[in-house]
Amino acid sequence: MTITEKILAAHAGADRVEPGQIINVWVDVALGNDITAPIAIREFRKAGAERVFDRERVVLVPDHFAPNKDIASAEQCKVLREFAKEQDLAHYFETGEMGVEHALLPEQGLVVPGDVVIGADSHTCTYGGLGAFSTGVGSTDLAAAMITGEAWFKVPESMKFVFRGEPGPWVDGKDLILYTIGRIGVDGALYRAMEFTGPAIDRLGMDDRLTMCNMAIEAGGKSGIIAPDDVTRGYVDGRALREPVYYTSDPDARYAAVLEFDCAEIRPQVAFPHLPSNTRPIDEVGEVVIDQVVIGSCTNGRITDLRRAARVLEGNRVARYVRCLVIPATQEIYRQALREGLFEVFLDAGCAVSTPTCGPCLGGHMGILARGERAVATTNRNFVGRMGHPESEVYLANPAVAAASAVLGRIASPEEVVS
Amino acid sequence: MKLRGTVWKFGADVDTDAIIPARYLNTSDPAELAKHCMEDADPEFVTRMRPGDIILADKNFGCGSSREHAPIAIKAAGVACVIAPSFARIFYRNAFNMGLPIFESSDAYAGIEQGDEVEVDAGTGVIRNLTRAAEFRAEPIPPFMQQLIADGGLMAHIAKRGS
Ligand code: SF4
Repeated sequence: MTITEKILAAHAGADRVEPGQIINVWVDVALGNDITAPIAIREFRKAGAERVFDRERVVLVPDHFAPNKDIASAEQCKVLREFAKEQDLAHYFETGEMGVEHALLPEQGLVVPGDVVIGADSHTCTYGGLGAFSTGVGSTDLAAAMITGEAWFKVPESMKFVFRGEPGPWVDGKDLILYTIGRIGVDGALYRAMEFTGPAIDRLGMDDRLTMCNMAIEAGGKSGIIAPDDVTRGYVDGRALREPVYYTSDPDARYAAVLEFDCAEIRPQVAFPHLPSNTRPIDEVGEVVIDQVVIGSCTNGRITDLRRAARVLEGNRVARYVRCLVIPATQEIYRQALREGLFEVFLDAGCAVSTPTCGPCLGGHMGILARGERAVATTNRNFVGRMGHPESEVYLANPAVAAASAVLGRIASPEEVVS
Repeated sequence: MKLRGTVWKFGADVDTDAIIPARYLNTSDPAELAKHCMEDADPEFVTRMRPGDIILADKNFGCGSSREHAPIAIKAAGVACVIAPSFARIFYRNAFNMGLPIFESSDAYAGIEQGDEVEVDAGTGVIRNLTRAAEFRAEPIPPFMQQLIADGGLMAHIAKRGS
Protein backbone atom coordinates (compact mmCIF):
# COMPACT_ATOMS: atom_id res chain seq x y z
CA MET A 1 0.00 0.00 0.00
CA THR A 2 0.99 3.65 -0.41
CA ILE A 3 1.46 5.87 2.62
CA THR A 4 -1.90 7.47 1.82
CA GLU A 5 -3.70 4.10 1.71
CA LYS A 6 -2.06 3.04 4.99
CA ILE A 7 -3.13 6.20 6.82
CA LEU A 8 -6.67 5.94 5.49
CA ALA A 9 -6.92 2.23 6.31
CA ALA A 10 -5.74 2.85 9.87
CA HIS A 11 -8.40 5.54 10.29
CA ALA A 12 -11.12 3.39 8.78
CA GLY A 13 -10.29 0.51 11.11
CA ALA A 14 -9.40 -1.68 8.13
CA ASP A 15 -6.33 -3.73 7.24
CA ARG A 16 -6.29 -2.45 3.70
CA VAL A 17 -8.12 -0.08 1.43
CA GLU A 18 -8.18 0.08 -2.37
CA PRO A 19 -8.32 3.15 -4.60
CA GLY A 20 -11.91 3.91 -5.56
CA GLN A 21 -13.34 2.42 -2.40
CA ILE A 22 -15.63 4.74 -0.40
CA ILE A 23 -14.75 4.66 3.28
CA ASN A 24 -15.68 6.39 6.47
CA VAL A 25 -12.71 7.56 8.54
CA TRP A 26 -12.33 9.24 11.88
CA VAL A 27 -10.54 12.56 11.69
CA ASP A 28 -7.80 13.74 14.02
CA VAL A 29 -8.43 17.42 13.35
CA ALA A 30 -11.29 19.34 11.73
CA LEU A 31 -10.41 22.91 10.77
CA GLY A 32 -12.44 25.96 9.79
CA ASN A 33 -11.74 29.64 9.15
CA ASP A 34 -13.69 32.89 9.21
CA ILE A 35 -15.04 32.32 5.68
CA THR A 36 -16.02 28.66 5.88
CA ALA A 37 -16.77 28.03 9.56
CA PRO A 38 -19.80 30.36 9.80
CA ILE A 39 -21.60 28.16 7.25
CA ALA A 40 -20.46 25.01 9.07
CA ILE A 41 -21.69 26.40 12.38
CA ARG A 42 -25.04 27.26 10.80
CA GLU A 43 -25.33 23.67 9.53
CA PHE A 44 -24.22 22.34 12.92
CA ARG A 45 -27.10 24.22 14.56
CA LYS A 46 -29.59 23.31 11.86
CA ALA A 47 -28.81 19.64 12.53
CA GLY A 48 -29.74 20.24 16.17
CA ALA A 49 -26.23 19.33 17.39
CA GLU A 50 -25.22 20.59 20.80
CA ARG A 51 -21.58 19.64 21.34
CA VAL A 52 -18.65 19.15 19.01
CA PHE A 53 -17.28 15.61 19.03
CA ASP A 54 -14.07 16.67 20.77
CA ARG A 55 -13.16 20.16 21.97
CA GLU A 56 -9.45 19.42 21.39
CA ARG A 57 -9.89 18.47 17.74
CA VAL A 58 -12.08 21.17 16.28
CA VAL A 59 -9.76 24.04 15.39
CA LEU A 60 -10.99 27.50 14.38
CA VAL A 61 -8.70 30.15 12.91
CA PRO A 62 -10.02 33.55 11.86
CA ASP A 63 -7.30 34.51 9.37
CA HIS A 64 -8.80 35.45 6.00
CA PHE A 65 -10.47 38.78 6.76
CA ALA A 66 -8.85 39.16 10.18
CA PRO A 67 -7.93 41.51 11.79
CA ASN A 68 -11.54 42.35 10.94
CA LYS A 69 -11.60 44.06 7.57
CA ASP A 70 -15.09 45.53 7.74
CA ILE A 71 -18.36 45.13 9.60
CA ALA A 72 -19.47 42.09 7.63
CA SER A 73 -16.21 40.24 8.29
CA ALA A 74 -16.28 41.31 11.93
CA GLU A 75 -19.65 39.57 12.17
CA GLN A 76 -18.19 36.41 10.65
CA CYS A 77 -15.23 36.37 13.05
CA LYS A 78 -17.69 36.92 15.89
CA VAL A 79 -19.57 33.77 14.90
CA LEU A 80 -16.32 31.80 15.35
CA ARG A 81 -15.46 33.47 18.65
CA GLU A 82 -18.87 32.85 20.19
CA PHE A 83 -18.91 29.26 19.02
CA ALA A 84 -15.41 28.71 20.41
CA LYS A 85 -16.54 30.14 23.77
CA GLU A 86 -19.73 28.14 23.84
CA GLN A 87 -17.98 24.87 22.97
CA ASP A 88 -14.91 25.73 25.05
CA LEU A 89 -12.66 24.88 22.10
CA ALA A 90 -9.05 24.31 23.11
CA HIS A 91 -7.70 25.69 19.84
CA TYR A 92 -9.28 28.95 18.81
CA PHE A 93 -6.78 31.62 17.81
CA GLU A 94 -7.65 35.25 18.40
CA THR A 95 -5.89 38.04 16.50
CA GLY A 96 -2.62 38.35 18.36
CA GLU A 97 -2.20 34.57 18.52
CA MET A 98 -3.58 33.91 15.08
CA GLY A 99 -1.61 33.04 11.98
CA VAL A 100 -2.44 31.79 8.51
CA GLU A 101 -4.04 28.47 9.39
CA HIS A 102 -1.82 26.13 7.36
CA ALA A 103 1.36 27.65 8.77
CA LEU A 104 -0.12 27.73 12.26
CA LEU A 105 -1.34 24.16 12.72
CA PRO A 106 1.98 22.38 12.01
CA GLU A 107 3.91 24.99 13.99
CA GLN A 108 1.67 24.56 17.04
CA GLY A 109 1.96 20.77 16.87
CA LEU A 110 -1.77 20.44 16.25
CA VAL A 111 -1.20 18.21 13.23
CA VAL A 112 1.22 15.30 13.52
CA PRO A 113 2.53 12.65 11.11
CA GLY A 114 0.04 9.88 10.43
CA ASP A 115 -3.01 12.09 11.02
CA VAL A 116 -6.14 12.40 8.93
CA VAL A 117 -7.07 16.07 8.82
CA ILE A 118 -9.94 17.76 7.06
CA GLY A 119 -10.25 21.50 6.76
CA ALA A 120 -12.86 23.68 5.16
CA ASP A 121 -10.11 25.28 3.13
CA SER A 122 -8.58 23.88 -0.01
CA HIS A 123 -4.97 24.33 1.14
CA THR A 124 -5.50 21.92 4.02
CA CYS A 125 -3.42 19.58 1.84
CA THR A 126 -0.35 21.43 3.22
CA TYR A 127 0.06 19.00 6.14
CA GLY A 128 1.11 16.26 3.75
CA GLY A 129 4.54 17.80 4.29
CA LEU A 130 4.50 16.19 7.73
CA GLY A 131 3.43 12.79 6.43
CA ALA A 132 -0.25 13.27 7.28
CA PHE A 133 -3.27 12.73 5.01
CA SER A 134 -4.99 16.07 4.85
CA THR A 135 -7.46 17.50 2.41
CA GLY A 136 -9.82 20.40 1.85
CA VAL A 137 -13.57 19.94 2.09
CA GLY A 138 -16.62 22.18 2.10
CA SER A 139 -18.38 23.68 5.09
CA THR A 140 -21.06 20.98 5.17
CA ASP A 141 -18.40 18.29 5.43
CA LEU A 142 -16.82 20.28 8.25
CA ALA A 143 -20.17 20.53 10.03
CA ALA A 144 -20.63 16.77 9.73
CA ALA A 145 -17.13 16.14 11.11
CA MET A 146 -17.64 18.59 13.98
CA ILE A 147 -20.64 16.51 15.03
CA THR A 148 -19.48 12.97 14.32
CA GLY A 149 -15.68 13.17 14.23
CA GLU A 150 -15.87 11.36 10.91
CA ALA A 151 -15.71 12.03 7.20
CA TRP A 152 -16.31 9.97 4.08
CA PHE A 153 -13.71 9.63 1.36
CA LYS A 154 -13.17 7.89 -1.87
CA VAL A 155 -9.69 6.39 -1.50
CA PRO A 156 -7.60 8.26 -4.09
CA GLU A 157 -5.22 6.70 -6.55
CA SER A 158 -1.68 7.86 -5.88
CA MET A 159 0.69 9.50 -8.31
CA LYS A 160 4.41 9.38 -7.56
CA PHE A 161 6.77 12.26 -8.37
CA VAL A 162 10.46 11.43 -8.05
CA PHE A 163 12.84 14.37 -7.84
CA ARG A 164 16.49 13.61 -8.59
CA GLY A 165 19.51 15.82 -9.04
CA GLU A 166 20.69 18.92 -7.26
CA PRO A 167 18.53 22.05 -7.57
CA GLY A 168 20.47 25.13 -8.67
CA PRO A 169 20.90 28.30 -6.60
CA TRP A 170 17.63 30.16 -5.83
CA VAL A 171 15.56 27.09 -6.67
CA ASP A 172 13.41 26.01 -3.74
CA GLY A 173 10.32 23.93 -2.97
CA LYS A 174 8.09 26.52 -4.64
CA ASP A 175 9.90 26.05 -7.93
CA LEU A 176 9.68 22.26 -7.75
CA ILE A 177 5.93 22.39 -7.25
CA LEU A 178 5.33 25.16 -9.82
CA TYR A 179 7.40 23.17 -12.31
CA THR A 180 5.35 20.06 -11.55
CA ILE A 181 2.05 21.89 -12.03
CA GLY A 182 3.40 23.41 -15.24
CA ARG A 183 4.19 19.92 -16.49
CA ILE A 184 0.92 18.16 -15.56
CA GLY A 185 -1.58 21.04 -15.63
CA VAL A 186 -4.19 22.29 -13.17
CA ASP A 187 -6.13 19.03 -13.40
CA GLY A 188 -3.10 16.78 -13.90
CA ALA A 189 -3.62 15.10 -10.54
CA LEU A 190 -7.43 15.38 -10.36
CA TYR A 191 -8.85 13.26 -7.51
CA ARG A 192 -5.38 11.83 -6.82
CA ALA A 193 -2.88 11.83 -3.97
CA MET A 194 0.45 13.33 -5.05
CA GLU A 195 3.40 11.62 -3.39
CA PHE A 196 6.70 13.50 -3.61
CA THR A 197 9.86 11.41 -3.21
CA GLY A 198 13.46 11.13 -4.33
CA PRO A 199 16.87 12.31 -3.15
CA ALA A 200 16.06 15.99 -3.73
CA ILE A 201 12.98 15.73 -1.50
CA ASP A 202 15.01 13.94 1.19
CA ARG A 203 17.25 17.00 1.36
CA LEU A 204 14.39 19.52 1.61
CA GLY A 205 13.68 21.23 4.90
CA MET A 206 10.21 21.14 6.44
CA ASP A 207 9.23 24.63 5.28
CA ASP A 208 9.86 23.68 1.64
CA ARG A 209 8.01 20.38 2.06
CA LEU A 210 4.96 22.21 3.40
CA THR A 211 5.18 24.63 0.44
CA MET A 212 5.16 21.74 -2.02
CA CYS A 213 2.23 19.89 -0.49
CA ASN A 214 0.37 23.19 -0.10
CA MET A 215 0.04 23.50 -3.86
CA ALA A 216 -1.08 19.91 -4.59
CA ILE A 217 -4.59 21.35 -4.94
CA GLU A 218 -3.35 23.60 -7.75
CA ALA A 219 -2.78 20.42 -9.78
CA GLY A 220 -6.28 19.21 -8.84
CA GLY A 221 -4.85 16.80 -6.26
CA LYS A 222 -6.87 15.55 -3.34
CA SER A 223 -3.75 15.62 -1.21
CA GLY A 224 0.02 15.90 -1.34
CA ILE A 225 2.31 13.85 0.84
CA ILE A 226 5.97 13.33 1.71
CA ALA A 227 6.95 10.28 3.74
CA PRO A 228 8.25 11.27 7.16
CA ASP A 229 11.98 10.95 7.87
CA ASP A 230 14.57 12.48 10.19
CA VAL A 231 13.73 15.97 8.95
CA THR A 232 10.13 15.33 9.97
CA ARG A 233 11.15 13.94 13.35
CA GLY A 234 13.38 16.93 13.95
CA TYR A 235 10.50 19.28 13.20
CA VAL A 236 7.89 17.43 15.20
CA ASP A 237 9.98 16.80 18.33
CA GLY A 238 9.00 19.20 21.05
CA ARG A 239 5.93 20.43 19.13
CA ALA A 240 3.59 17.50 18.64
CA LEU A 241 0.61 17.59 20.99
CA ARG A 242 -0.19 13.97 20.18
CA GLU A 243 1.88 10.86 19.46
CA PRO A 244 2.93 10.82 15.78
CA VAL A 245 2.70 7.65 13.68
CA TYR A 246 5.27 7.35 10.92
CA TYR A 247 4.00 5.64 7.78
CA THR A 248 5.87 5.00 4.53
CA SER A 249 4.86 3.47 1.20
CA ASP A 250 5.61 -0.19 0.54
CA PRO A 251 8.15 -0.94 -2.22
CA ASP A 252 5.40 -2.71 -4.17
CA ALA A 253 2.78 0.01 -3.69
CA ARG A 254 0.73 0.73 -6.82
CA TYR A 255 0.66 4.11 -8.52
CA ALA A 256 -1.58 5.48 -11.24
CA ALA A 257 1.53 7.15 -12.70
CA VAL A 258 5.17 7.73 -11.83
CA LEU A 259 6.94 10.87 -13.08
CA GLU A 260 10.64 11.63 -12.67
CA PHE A 261 12.14 15.09 -12.75
CA ASP A 262 15.79 16.18 -12.77
CA CYS A 263 16.08 19.16 -10.43
CA ALA A 264 19.30 20.29 -12.10
CA GLU A 265 17.19 21.32 -15.06
CA ILE A 266 14.66 23.30 -13.03
CA ARG A 267 15.20 27.06 -12.97
CA PRO A 268 13.24 29.44 -10.71
CA GLN A 269 9.69 29.37 -12.03
CA VAL A 270 7.13 32.11 -12.61
CA ALA A 271 3.46 31.27 -13.14
CA PHE A 272 1.89 33.83 -15.46
CA PRO A 273 -1.76 34.88 -15.26
CA HIS A 274 -4.27 33.33 -14.95
CA LEU A 275 -3.39 29.75 -14.06
CA PRO A 276 -0.78 28.28 -11.71
CA SER A 277 0.17 25.90 -14.54
CA ASN A 278 1.11 28.76 -16.84
CA THR A 279 4.76 28.56 -15.79
CA ARG A 280 7.95 29.78 -17.41
CA PRO A 281 11.56 29.60 -16.26
CA ILE A 282 12.74 32.97 -14.98
CA ASP A 283 15.04 33.32 -18.01
CA GLU A 284 12.07 33.37 -20.38
CA VAL A 285 9.94 35.92 -18.56
CA GLY A 286 10.90 38.97 -20.59
CA GLU A 287 10.09 42.51 -19.44
CA VAL A 288 7.14 42.46 -17.03
CA VAL A 289 6.83 45.71 -15.09
CA ILE A 290 5.11 45.36 -11.71
CA ASP A 291 3.27 47.47 -9.14
CA GLN A 292 3.24 45.25 -6.07
CA VAL A 293 5.05 42.37 -4.42
CA VAL A 294 3.51 40.15 -1.75
CA ILE A 295 5.75 37.90 0.33
CA GLY A 296 3.66 35.74 2.65
CA SER A 297 0.70 33.29 2.71
CA CYS A 298 0.32 29.63 3.66
CA THR A 299 2.57 28.81 0.71
CA ASN A 300 5.57 31.01 1.46
CA GLY A 301 5.15 32.98 4.67
CA ARG A 302 7.41 30.83 6.84
CA ILE A 303 10.73 31.81 8.37
CA THR A 304 12.81 30.15 5.63
CA ASP A 305 10.88 32.18 3.06
CA LEU A 306 11.44 35.44 4.91
CA ARG A 307 15.15 34.69 5.24
CA ARG A 308 15.44 34.10 1.50
CA ALA A 309 13.61 37.33 0.73
CA ALA A 310 15.77 39.24 3.22
CA ARG A 311 18.95 37.90 1.64
CA VAL A 312 17.93 39.50 -1.64
CA LEU A 313 16.58 42.72 -0.14
CA GLU A 314 19.57 43.32 2.16
CA GLY A 315 21.31 46.53 1.18
CA ASN A 316 18.80 47.20 -1.60
CA ARG A 317 15.75 49.43 -2.00
CA VAL A 318 12.33 48.55 -3.30
CA ALA A 319 11.91 50.29 -6.68
CA ARG A 320 10.13 53.60 -6.78
CA TYR A 321 6.31 53.35 -7.07
CA VAL A 322 6.39 49.65 -6.15
CA ARG A 323 4.73 48.40 -2.94
CA CYS A 324 6.41 45.44 -1.28
CA LEU A 325 4.34 43.77 1.45
CA VAL A 326 5.91 41.25 3.80
CA ILE A 327 3.43 39.20 5.83
CA PRO A 328 4.90 36.68 8.27
CA ALA A 329 2.42 33.80 8.41
CA THR A 330 2.24 33.41 12.19
CA GLN A 331 3.08 35.35 15.36
CA GLU A 332 5.95 32.97 16.07
CA ILE A 333 7.42 33.54 12.61
CA TYR A 334 6.91 37.27 13.12
CA ARG A 335 8.81 37.15 16.42
CA GLN A 336 11.58 34.99 14.95
CA ALA A 337 12.02 37.35 11.99
CA LEU A 338 12.19 40.28 14.38
CA ARG A 339 14.82 38.51 16.49
CA GLU A 340 16.95 37.69 13.50
CA GLY A 341 16.95 41.30 12.37
CA LEU A 342 14.98 40.57 9.21
CA PHE A 343 12.53 43.40 9.91
CA GLU A 344 15.46 45.79 9.92
CA VAL A 345 16.32 44.57 6.41
CA PHE A 346 12.73 44.83 5.21
CA LEU A 347 12.21 48.29 6.67
CA ASP A 348 15.51 49.59 5.32
CA ALA A 349 14.50 48.33 1.90
CA GLY A 350 11.16 50.16 2.09
CA CYS A 351 8.83 47.19 2.62
CA ALA A 352 5.61 47.28 4.60
CA VAL A 353 5.56 44.54 7.24
CA SER A 354 2.15 43.31 8.35
CA THR A 355 0.68 41.32 11.19
CA PRO A 356 -0.22 37.75 10.08
CA THR A 357 -3.27 37.53 7.80
CA CYS A 358 -4.31 35.97 4.50
CA GLY A 359 -5.07 39.52 3.40
CA PRO A 360 -4.11 40.14 -0.22
CA CYS A 361 -3.61 36.46 -1.10
CA LEU A 362 -7.32 36.08 -1.78
CA GLY A 363 -7.96 39.71 -2.64
CA GLY A 364 -9.38 40.19 0.84
CA HIS A 365 -7.68 43.28 2.21
CA MET A 366 -4.24 44.75 2.96
CA GLY A 367 -2.96 45.15 -0.59
CA ILE A 368 -5.68 44.95 -3.22
CA LEU A 369 -4.77 45.61 -6.85
CA ALA A 370 -6.35 48.32 -9.00
CA ARG A 371 -7.40 47.84 -12.62
CA GLY A 372 -4.42 46.93 -14.79
CA GLU A 373 -1.98 46.53 -11.90
CA ARG A 374 0.46 43.63 -11.70
CA ALA A 375 1.80 41.82 -8.67
CA VAL A 376 4.45 39.21 -8.08
CA ALA A 377 3.30 37.08 -5.17
CA THR A 378 4.65 34.10 -3.27
CA THR A 379 1.06 32.91 -2.91
CA ASN A 380 -0.55 29.99 -4.73
CA ARG A 381 -3.27 31.26 -7.08
CA ASN A 382 -3.26 33.74 -9.93
CA PHE A 383 -6.84 33.38 -11.14
CA VAL A 384 -8.69 36.33 -12.65
CA GLY A 385 -9.44 38.85 -9.90
CA ARG A 386 -7.66 36.83 -7.23
CA MET A 387 -5.87 39.85 -5.71
CA GLY A 388 -8.32 42.57 -6.64
CA HIS A 389 -9.67 44.05 -9.84
CA PRO A 390 -10.66 41.47 -12.47
CA GLU A 391 -8.27 43.21 -14.86
CA SER A 392 -5.29 43.01 -12.50
CA GLU A 393 -2.63 40.31 -12.81
CA VAL A 394 -0.82 38.02 -10.38
CA TYR A 395 2.47 36.27 -11.13
CA LEU A 396 3.46 33.47 -8.77
CA ALA A 397 7.08 32.96 -7.74
CA ASN A 398 9.37 31.99 -4.88
CA PRO A 399 10.33 34.54 -2.18
CA ALA A 400 13.77 35.32 -3.64
CA VAL A 401 12.34 36.05 -7.08
CA ALA A 402 9.59 38.16 -5.50
CA ALA A 403 12.19 40.16 -3.55
CA ALA A 404 14.40 40.67 -6.61
CA SER A 405 11.33 41.81 -8.55
CA ALA A 406 10.52 44.35 -5.83
CA VAL A 407 14.02 45.81 -6.13
CA LEU A 408 14.04 46.07 -9.91
CA GLY A 409 10.36 46.95 -10.41
CA ARG A 410 9.95 44.14 -12.94
CA ILE A 411 9.97 40.37 -12.69
CA ALA A 412 13.61 39.59 -12.03
CA SER A 413 15.97 36.82 -11.05
CA PRO A 414 17.74 37.06 -7.68
CA GLU A 415 20.95 36.62 -9.68
CA GLU A 416 20.46 40.13 -11.05
CA VAL A 417 20.38 41.60 -7.56
CA VAL A 418 22.70 39.46 -5.45
CA SER A 419 26.18 38.75 -6.72
CA MET B 1 -36.74 14.56 -12.65
CA LYS B 2 -36.17 16.47 -15.88
CA LEU B 3 -34.30 19.75 -16.02
CA ARG B 4 -34.84 21.95 -19.03
CA GLY B 5 -33.22 25.28 -19.76
CA THR B 6 -31.07 27.51 -21.92
CA VAL B 7 -27.35 26.83 -21.90
CA TRP B 8 -24.65 29.26 -20.81
CA LYS B 9 -21.33 28.00 -22.10
CA PHE B 10 -18.00 28.59 -20.33
CA GLY B 11 -14.43 27.43 -20.99
CA ALA B 12 -12.09 25.09 -19.11
CA ASP B 13 -10.81 25.49 -15.54
CA VAL B 14 -13.54 27.89 -14.38
CA ASP B 15 -12.27 28.56 -10.86
CA THR B 16 -14.09 29.37 -7.67
CA ASP B 17 -12.80 32.95 -7.78
CA ALA B 18 -14.60 33.37 -11.10
CA ILE B 19 -17.75 31.71 -9.75
CA ILE B 20 -17.85 33.88 -6.64
CA PRO B 21 -14.97 36.33 -6.15
CA ALA B 22 -13.42 36.34 -2.68
CA ARG B 23 -14.21 40.05 -2.33
CA TYR B 24 -17.83 39.00 -1.68
CA LEU B 25 -17.01 36.30 0.86
CA ASN B 26 -17.57 38.51 3.86
CA THR B 27 -21.10 37.12 3.80
CA SER B 28 -22.57 33.66 3.41
CA ASP B 29 -26.10 34.86 2.61
CA PRO B 30 -27.22 32.88 -0.48
CA ALA B 31 -29.23 35.80 -1.95
CA GLU B 32 -26.21 38.13 -1.67
CA LEU B 33 -23.85 35.55 -3.17
CA ALA B 34 -26.26 34.88 -6.04
CA LYS B 35 -25.98 38.52 -7.14
CA HIS B 36 -22.33 37.95 -8.03
CA CYS B 37 -22.57 34.45 -9.48
CA MET B 38 -19.98 33.90 -12.28
CA GLU B 39 -19.18 37.62 -12.16
CA ASP B 40 -15.50 37.37 -13.07
CA ALA B 41 -16.17 34.85 -15.84
CA ASP B 42 -19.04 36.79 -17.44
CA PRO B 43 -20.26 39.98 -15.70
CA GLU B 44 -23.53 39.90 -17.66
CA PHE B 45 -24.45 36.36 -16.67
CA VAL B 46 -26.40 37.22 -13.54
CA THR B 47 -28.50 39.94 -15.15
CA ARG B 48 -29.28 37.96 -18.30
CA MET B 49 -29.75 34.39 -17.08
CA ARG B 50 -33.18 33.11 -16.13
CA PRO B 51 -33.94 30.65 -13.33
CA GLY B 52 -33.80 27.13 -14.74
CA ASP B 53 -30.92 27.90 -17.10
CA ILE B 54 -28.05 25.46 -17.34
CA ILE B 55 -24.29 26.01 -17.06
CA LEU B 56 -22.14 24.02 -19.48
CA ALA B 57 -18.39 24.22 -19.03
CA ASP B 58 -15.23 22.53 -20.23
CA LYS B 59 -13.03 20.35 -17.98
CA ASN B 60 -12.12 20.97 -14.33
CA PHE B 61 -15.09 23.18 -13.43
CA GLY B 62 -14.90 24.64 -9.92
CA CYS B 63 -11.15 24.38 -9.38
CA GLY B 64 -9.54 26.43 -6.67
CA SER B 65 -10.89 27.00 -3.22
CA SER B 66 -13.12 24.83 -1.06
CA ARG B 67 -15.68 27.60 -0.64
CA GLU B 68 -19.18 26.20 -0.55
CA HIS B 69 -20.18 29.72 -1.50
CA ALA B 70 -19.52 28.66 -5.11
CA PRO B 71 -22.24 25.98 -5.41
CA ILE B 72 -24.43 28.09 -3.09
CA ALA B 73 -24.15 31.09 -5.45
CA ILE B 74 -24.94 28.94 -8.49
CA LYS B 75 -27.88 27.26 -6.81
CA ALA B 76 -29.26 30.49 -5.34
CA ALA B 77 -29.01 32.20 -8.72
CA GLY B 78 -31.47 29.60 -9.95
CA VAL B 79 -29.17 27.55 -12.19
CA ALA B 80 -30.78 24.14 -12.69
CA CYS B 81 -27.58 22.14 -13.08
CA VAL B 82 -23.98 22.22 -14.26
CA ILE B 83 -22.65 19.96 -17.01
CA ALA B 84 -18.90 19.51 -17.62
CA PRO B 85 -16.47 16.78 -18.70
CA SER B 86 -14.90 16.92 -15.21
CA PHE B 87 -15.24 18.80 -11.96
CA ALA B 88 -12.60 19.80 -9.43
CA ARG B 89 -12.76 17.40 -6.52
CA ILE B 90 -13.94 19.68 -3.71
CA PHE B 91 -16.54 21.37 -5.90
CA TYR B 92 -17.92 17.96 -6.90
CA ARG B 93 -18.19 16.93 -3.27
CA ASN B 94 -19.74 20.22 -2.17
CA ALA B 95 -22.32 20.14 -4.95
CA PHE B 96 -23.57 16.75 -3.76
CA ASN B 97 -23.50 17.81 -0.13
CA MET B 98 -25.68 20.82 -0.97
CA GLY B 99 -27.97 19.27 -3.54
CA LEU B 100 -26.82 21.13 -6.67
CA PRO B 101 -27.19 18.64 -9.54
CA ILE B 102 -24.02 18.25 -11.62
CA PHE B 103 -23.37 15.96 -14.54
CA GLU B 104 -20.08 14.68 -15.91
CA SER B 105 -20.23 14.16 -19.67
CA SER B 106 -17.22 13.99 -21.95
CA ASP B 107 -19.02 14.74 -25.22
CA ALA B 108 -21.81 17.17 -24.30
CA TYR B 109 -19.42 20.12 -24.38
CA ALA B 110 -18.62 19.79 -28.07
CA GLY B 111 -22.21 19.16 -29.05
CA ILE B 112 -23.97 22.02 -27.27
CA GLU B 113 -23.61 25.73 -28.01
CA GLN B 114 -24.34 28.89 -26.05
CA GLY B 115 -28.09 29.55 -26.09
CA ASP B 116 -29.11 25.99 -27.00
CA GLU B 117 -32.16 24.54 -25.31
CA VAL B 118 -31.21 21.43 -23.34
CA GLU B 119 -33.09 18.83 -21.33
CA VAL B 120 -31.38 16.64 -18.72
CA ASP B 121 -32.99 13.55 -17.28
CA ALA B 122 -31.47 13.43 -13.80
CA GLY B 123 -32.52 9.83 -13.33
CA THR B 124 -30.99 8.32 -16.46
CA GLY B 125 -28.25 10.91 -17.07
CA VAL B 126 -29.43 11.45 -20.65
CA ILE B 127 -28.73 14.97 -21.91
CA ARG B 128 -30.79 16.09 -24.94
CA ASN B 129 -29.91 19.09 -27.05
CA LEU B 130 -33.37 20.16 -28.22
CA THR B 131 -32.02 22.88 -30.49
CA ARG B 132 -29.80 20.53 -32.48
CA ALA B 133 -31.51 17.21 -31.88
CA ALA B 134 -28.48 15.50 -30.38
CA GLU B 135 -28.18 13.25 -27.34
CA PHE B 136 -25.40 12.69 -24.82
CA ARG B 137 -24.93 10.54 -21.79
CA ALA B 138 -23.63 11.64 -18.38
CA GLU B 139 -21.49 9.43 -16.12
CA PRO B 140 -23.58 7.38 -13.73
CA ILE B 141 -23.62 8.81 -10.19
CA PRO B 142 -21.78 6.49 -7.73
CA PRO B 143 -24.19 4.59 -5.42
CA PHE B 144 -22.91 6.35 -2.31
CA MET B 145 -23.62 9.77 -3.82
CA GLN B 146 -27.07 8.58 -4.89
CA GLN B 147 -27.65 7.66 -1.27
CA LEU B 148 -26.58 11.17 -0.20
CA ILE B 149 -29.02 12.71 -2.66
CA ALA B 150 -31.81 10.33 -1.66
CA ASP B 151 -31.29 11.26 1.99
CA GLY B 152 -31.41 14.96 1.09
CA GLY B 153 -27.73 15.90 1.40
CA LEU B 154 -24.95 15.10 3.81
CA MET B 155 -26.46 16.58 6.97
CA ALA B 156 -29.74 14.78 6.47
CA HIS B 157 -27.81 11.60 5.69
CA ILE B 158 -26.01 11.85 9.02
CA ALA B 159 -29.22 12.60 10.91
CA LYS B 160 -30.78 9.55 9.31
CA ARG B 161 -27.89 7.31 10.32
CA GLY B 162 -28.45 8.66 13.83
CA SER B 163 -24.77 8.63 14.74
S1 SF4 C 1 -2.91 32.43 2.64
FE1 SF4 C 1 -4.17 32.44 0.80
S2 SF4 C 1 -4.27 30.36 0.09
FE2 SF4 C 1 -3.51 30.31 2.18
S3 SF4 C 1 -5.31 29.98 3.46
FE3 SF4 C 1 -5.02 32.18 3.29
S4 SF4 C 1 -6.24 32.83 1.52
FE4 SF4 C 1 -6.02 30.61 1.42
